[in-house]
Amino acid sequence: MEITLKTLIFYGFALMTIGSALAVVTVRNIVHAAFALMVTLFGVAGLYVFLQADFLAATQVIVYVGGILVLILFGVMMTSGRLQMRIHIERGQLLLGGGITIALLMLLLTVIANTPRWKNLSDDGTEFAPTTSRIGELILNEHFLLPFEIASVLLLVALIGAALISRKEVRD
Amino acid sequence: MTLQHYLVISAILFSLGIFAVLTRRNAISILMGIELILNSCNLNFVAFSRFVTPPENIDGQIIAIFGIVLAAAEAAVFLAIILAIYREFGSIRPDEVDTLKG
Repeated sequence: MEITLKTLIFYGFALMTIGSALAVVTVRNIVHAAFALMVTLFGVAGLYVFLQADFLAATQVIVYVGGILVLILFGVMMTSGRLQMRIHIERGQLLLGGGITIALLMLLLTVIANTPRWKNLSDDGTEFAPTTSRIGELILNEHFLLPFEIASVLLLVALIGAALISRKEVRD
Repeated sequence: MTLQHYLVISAILFSLGIFAVLTRRNAISILMGIELILNSCNLNFVAFSRFVTPPENIDGQIIAIFGIVLAAAEAAVFLAIILAIYREFGSIRPDEVDTLKG
């Protein structure tokens, strides 16, 4: 495989995603972990662009970086005093968790390397086509209408539930 | 780029998420691990949709959009529960919240 600019950029995004995800799970300061998570989410958005999912990449940046990450930072702000910024890790748990993680990773990589149907599927050839209008048709006009409505009800339920759980209880 | 590139990236993200959930003693760090797992899952959906199905079929991307919606709802409820726990126990270390432990 010849090395083109596209390949280099792909590996750049892949390294950015994996490296910052590694920082998310190893850094001791929780605010630093949250900012590393932001880099990971941007990296995944870049990979979506390589998969020709333009609408999904924009949604990833808007919802994850603009919404969920801000929510996580608010959670850090409201629950961690200066003393609790550092994350406690116990040694035995670290060894056991690391062992399980490495075993799981080996299992997944073995399955990926040995499944014949997944080999040599390359993305060269097909032209890029914008996906936004197609997604709109599928969600609002075709067979994803019911999941869409259920998702909107779920968001409403989650909103009311979150407000109800997190408010202070008022007793008279 | 082949399908296997994306699958390997997604497998590494998933393992790191599992590692965070298993080892970290802070509820918000566990939430970050769960977000990593959900991201790897969405990446798999989009990659399979791109490589395995015909190009005009983008069902995998729509599943990934629903995955993002679920992640947003889950994060909101998770943080509300964390706030309630913090008010009750003064800590968000999961091993200190053990009222139900027999």
